[in-house]
Amino acid sequence: MTTLVFLEHHEGEFVKNSLGVLGKASSLEGDTHGVVVGSGVKELAARAGAHGASKVFVADDPAVEAPLPQPRVDVLAKLVRDGGYDTVLFGQSVLAADIAAALAARLEAGLNWDLVDLVEQDGKLVGKRPALQDSVYADVGWSSAPRIALFRSGAFDPSETGGEAQIEDVAVELEDFSANATMVEQAHAESEGPSIEDADVIVAGGRGLGGPENFRLAEELAQALGGAVAATRAVVDAGWYPYASQVGQTGKTVSPKLYVALGVSGAIQHKVGMQSSGTIVAINKDANAPIFEFADLGVVGDLHEIVPKLTELVRQRKS
Amino acid sequence: MKIAVCVKQVPEAQHKRLDPETKRLDRSGEGALNAFDANAIEEALKLKDGGGEGEVVLVSLGPEKAIDALRKGLAMGADRAVLVADDAATGSDLLATSRVLAKALERENADLVLFGQQSADSDGAVLWAAVADRLRRPVVSQAAELSVADGKVRVKRQTEFGYDVIEAPLPAVVAVSDAINEPRYPSLKGIMGAKKKPQETLTAADVGVDASDVGENGSATVVYALGEPPARGDVQKLEDDGSAAEKIVEFLAGKRLV
Repeated sequence: MTTLVFLEHHEGEFVKNSLGVLGKASSLEGDTHGVVVGSGVKELAARAGAHGASKVFVADDPAVEAPLPQPRVDVLAKLVRDGGYDTVLFGQSVLAADIAAALAARLEAGLNWDLVDLVEQDGKLVGKRPALQDSVYADVGWSSAPRIALFRSGAFDPSETGGEAQIEDVAVELEDFSANATMVEQAHAESEGPSIEDADVIVAGGRGLGGPENFRLAEELAQALGGAVAATRAVVDAGWYPYASQVGQTGKTVSPKLYVALGVSGAIQHKVGMQSSGTIVAINKDANAPIFEFADLGVVGDLHEIVPKLTELVRQRKS
Repeated sequence: MKIAVCVKQVPEAQHKRLDPETKRLDRSGEGALNAFDANAIEEALKLKDGGGEGEVVLVSLGPEKAIDALRKGLAMGADRAVLVADDAATGSDLLATSRVLAKALERENADLVLFGQQSADSDGAVLWAAVADRLRRPVVSQAAELSVADGKVRVKRQTEFGYDVIEAPLPAVVAVSDAINEPRYPSLKGIMGAKKKPQETLTAADVGVDASDVGENGSATVVYALGEPPARGDVQKLEDDGSAAEKIVEFLAGKRLV
């Protein structure tokens, strides 16, 4: 198996999900190479060696600085064709999903998405794909190579193997239509601390918080736990918290080690975005909230009383 | 301006099941217009209304009965519907579906092609990029705002990091987020009028795709088996008696999470 992993980066750092996928790929049989596309990214590319890439291709060109999918499809398509890669892997993101799907069309290759694992089974490569609100796990595969896959955020933890990667420059040759879309203004992180895709701990707030001002409770607990703050669709729609923090069917799918849900009912639309979290703790005053059916620890009570105490206790433990 | 909106019929939520034989989604029950596609139709109608003239055409791949879902879009105000319905196309994956849609869209040659942000059945959120690559057109996804001026589309794109602003010349492909608008409900007049609007049902061959390039033959992904999700551990539930905070910390400490 020869695998190429797309290594996404933002503001000079790899996106954690990409590194997780890279680590997973390098644990399977065969060669694992990475590809970094951007401007001024050579130093960053070298760091991928420590996460399992034996070789990293670098398309370093101001023409591909903006995180737009189509120029990246051109770079990857050429690498896959020239290098004969049979497997191309991506960590889920808005950018990566667009690249993966366009690459599938370009190479006439199969794409499986939303995978949570990849295993070699009876000589075949098999992806694990939760379906129908994660009530079913499908074993999916590919009938031909190259095989393309997108993995759910948090599917794998990055590993530090400490290796070194050989760096190879690749020239950027774009299709006539690929540079037509242009970035007028690029987003920057709206808040400090880890993003919810990168966080090991997420504290989520729902309508049960009572109002936007009470997100302070979630933020303080998240800070004490070293995590990020997420929100349900209902509170994002109500304007209590930014969309970038929305977890659920129309937001992000996350699987941190710990997910603390404050005043979150656990409706299916939210559940699908977080049920693969390692441990789920829920505090809700409604004893009948659906979240109690799948939270590892559910507390029926007033979060306004419990959370400040909890935050204080966590702080004490850490200090 | 001519706008094509790609839409899909999905099984009603309560009928969603996987067929253990084919391991595919069972589409035999009641279907509905994919709710996310209503956002794309709404945006197309707004652009048409704002421009004063133009045409909104719905394009879909699905079983013949999917025309019911397209009629909902016509009732909202779309002008015309094109459905590629072909038994050979059953079980088409991303690759085969994008092949058929791209050919159907080539026939229409619209200035702007819109998609909704995901399908409610397969949770797919990738089709537009594959279609755009086949059409060799620029693509922008996750559009929270969209405007058209001077032959260009301007999009505010939602990403993990906040909002980007991206411009692309027409013809272009854009996938809208469900935050972009609140879809209108069809009026009674709209519903009555929908049946009379032009509705075309075509085969794969009609749009220039060989039957061997659709369905399972034209797909490159397979489903080997269906299984149960991994079981979660025991679920504990307790009422707060004033010591809940301590109990949570104990629980987290036991799992080495604090």
